[in-house]
Amino acid sequence: MNPIIERGPEGSFAVGPIDGLLNLARKHSLWYLLFGTACCAIELMQTGGPRTDADRFGMVFRSTPRQADVLVLAGTITYKMASRIRLLYDQMAEPKYVIAMGSCANTGGLFQSSYAVVKGGDLFVPVDVYIPGCPPRPESLCEGLMLIQQKMEREPWLKKAWGKYKSDKQDPMPTQGREPLR
Amino acid sequence: MKPKAICGKLADKLGVVLDFKEETGDPWASIPADRWQQACRIARDEPELSLNFLRSLCGVDRPDDGVIEIVAHLFSYKHRHAFVMHTQTDRAAPRLESVSRVWPAAIWHERETFDLFGVDFPGNPDLRRILLPDDWVGHPLLKDYEEQESYRGIPTTRPGYEKKPFGPRLKKAKPAPKKEEQ
Repeated sequence: MNPIIERGPEGSFAVGPIDGLLNLARKHSLWYLLFGTACCAIELMQTGGPRTDADRFGMVFRSTPRQADVLVLAGTITYKMASRIRLLYDQMAEPKYVIAMGSCANTGGLFQSSYAVVKGGDLFVPVDVYIPGCPPRPESLCEGLMLIQQKMEREPWLKKAWGKYKSDKQDPMPTQGREPLR
Repeated sequence: MKPKAICGKLADKLGVVLDFKEETGDPWASIPADRWQQACRIARDEPELSLNFLRSLCGVDRPDDGVIEIVAHLFSYKHRHAFVMHTQTDRAAPRLESVSRVWPAAIWHERETFDLFGVDFPGNPDLRRILLPDDWVGHPLLKDYEEQESYRGIPTTRPGYEKKPFGPRLKKAKPAPKKEEQ
């Protein structure tokens, strides 16, 4: 349940269950990893730029996976890069989310008949949001990030933090487990 | 200097008769494989040729002839002329002297040729795969290459998708083009 925000004469206040209040705080500091593999990274930079300005939703880039909440798969992923991306993903702290940005990260896109390109980011990391486009406009990516916010709103965060909540994220690489690829 | 004259000069210095072809876009000379490094050195050092820039070095698979061709595109900044040199190596055990001592840029080009065609270049200081992971099986640009089912748990075909015709690309009998009836 979402908290109710009221504006009183002495100042604003929010009323709601503690889960909702925590999620309200959580979803407004959605930090993404400054990481791109190809041309979609340019649009990723634009999303942080002044026109789309993802910062107004609390989304800023972090340069280390340890501080990031969202991994944006921005661009074509080669097999050589896939193992590195998996390593970055494994270094991120829970809760973590993944956005597959653009056709290449969704299905391999234009390069899907290449010998070197992975046919979709979801084959090696669990993906939450898919954004179509080649490349998607910054508005699309911003919408994708806001879909992550909506997903955060629905999560029973405290239960999850105490380990009673089973994640709905399926790990598509069960044989890999949490072992980083190298 | 005209390509014909370059070829003549090269043949003079090498002391062999070179096969010269002019019909194609870039006129080229065919060099015997055992004189390859020597020919490259002459092409670079001879003041009248002075082909000091290696534009590209790549392979061509010719299973019908049982050879892999190595093609080097050269350019001279001094004389503003270009030249192409071919050589051939046995397809069963492709092996050719490295020219990385002549043009250091050849290190990467030979790595790529090794990666995609499996040609061994003795003398190259760093002959590793460059585009594909080190533990990849096979050399994708060979005509009889068959892609592995999965790489480290990542399927090479997207589940639910039809496999792209990437495997055997040996010559198939093409249907004769139909003449339009008028």
